[in-house]
Amino acid sequence: MAHHILDMPVTEVQARALRVGDTVTLEQTLFGIRDATLIAMFDRGRTTRFDLKGHAVVHTAPNVRKVDPRPGNSSGYEPLCIGTTTSMRMERFTRPLMEREGVRIIIGKGGMGQGTLDAFRDVGGAYLAVVGGAAALETTWVEAIEEVDMDDLHPESLWKFRIKGFGPLLVTMDSHGGSLHADVNAAALARRDAILAKLGASGPARA
Amino acid sequence: MQLDPNEVEELAKALYVRALKLLPPDIKQGFARLTRDETDATARTILGTMVENIAVAERTNNLLCQDTGIPIYNVTIGRHVELDGVAMTAAIRRGCERATREHPLRSSVVHPITRKNEQTSCGIRIPIINIEFDERDETVAIEMIPKGSGSENGSFLQMLIPADGAAAVKRFVIDRVIECGGRVCPPTIVGVGIGGTSDLCMHLAKIAATRPLGTTCSEPEGAKIEAELSEAVNELGIGPQGLGGRATSFRVHVEIAATHITMNPVAVNIQCHSARRAAALITPGGISFV
Repeated sequence: MAHHILDMPVTEVQARALRVGDTVTLEQTLFGIRDATLIAMFDRGRTTRFDLKGHAVVHTAPNVRKVDPRPGNSSGYEPLCIGTTTSMRMERFTRPLMEREGVRIIIGKGGMGQGTLDAFRDVGGAYLAVVGGAAALETTWVEAIEEVDMDDLHPESLWKFRIKGFGPLLVTMDSHGGSLHADVNAAALARRDAILAKLGASGPARA
Repeated sequence: MQLDPNEVEELAKALYVRALKLLPPDIKQGFARLTRDETDATARTILGTMVENIAVAERTNNLLCQDTGIPIYNVTIGRHVELDGVAMTAAIRRGCERATREHPLRSSVVHPITRKNEQTSCGIRIPIINIEFDERDETVAIEMIPKGSGSENGSFLQMLIPADGAAAVKRFVIDRVIECGGRVCPPTIVGVGIGGTSDLCMHLAKIAATRPLGTTCSEPEGAKIEAELSEAVNELGIGPQGLGGRATSFRVHVEIAATHITMNPVAVNIQCHSARRAAALITPGGISFV
């Protein structure tokens, strides 16, 4: 159960060193991405001018305010509230994000599935769980919105955040086949029949 | 009392922002109760982060969660109120748009097919405006609920049949809570609708999911299932954020309606831990937030 402070971007070796149960704090740079961004990139062939190699992406679409662009903040936006959305909808994009764009770390909430776990194993990556719904707190870890790409998809643009002390986040999926989400689900399913029996509601799950 | 659309517009705007920033007292108390009963170390840390977030939002005057939700306005019109319904619903819509533009807020609403975001939090049939009536004299109550999508995606309907009985209703709820795991941002309020038609059943589940903690189903059979399921879901070990622990849900809430002799419908609609809602009363004396 180690704590890692990662100056982004990271190498494959650093990503593979992360184990379920470890905690991580990220520094420097973090990219924000979500449904529409990923659909545009991988279903509609759009590309980004950002170099995501070795970087972390967080599943988000922020609340922002328009401001005048200035040095160090050319995006023209300042962050108001930045939080994390449910990751599972974006399950099929993990592998292409890693293989085509070089992403190493996915940050989200609720966990992801077997396809993501396989991609972590094959390419070298990890999933870090944010406490979903704790966006006011998460916003205090974001210093600025440095740049934005594909802003025609606003708010589902591709965001480049400058971060400071982003975490601690819990590693819940790793490159060694570990998934706390799968473990908790298996445990709940194992308890199901006894709980239903107590309710007088035994029976098979709906097909 | 004559309802002034301008007053409604300002209130619709204020309630949206207020709902996004201030968590109702019953939910805060719910966190205290779950924290007291939680033994899992990770779960306690996560609950602590959620409670800290409530304080940070208040201190920094920020939104609790980045998800501005699908805006829902529940309007309850009392007796001896004169109003122009068309003007009132238009005023609510304008207030919702203005909150989005003027705060500003992320518009989370898109066309369902083109996926175009008008950047107003409004669209076809959105905001949802539900209108009901009650006995309160010269009173209009407006409740605003920004319904977050992570938990709204945890919505299910099953048209069970009479031979399945109440047992299948309970089993359906437990299985859906397992299926949702951490995706619906636990600890949750699990809203359950039992009976009615398919659409009423789903609506009952939403009423249940957004009912304040500490209230119980007004019908005894519904209240009984509510108590049983509330205990059962916290035996699953799903826990806060689905990362293990007792605190899977604050409570299961049930709402019921009569149904057809051939039918036994059950619906589930889930509310995440950021169980946001804000309400105000308009009376001849003015506006008061409740």
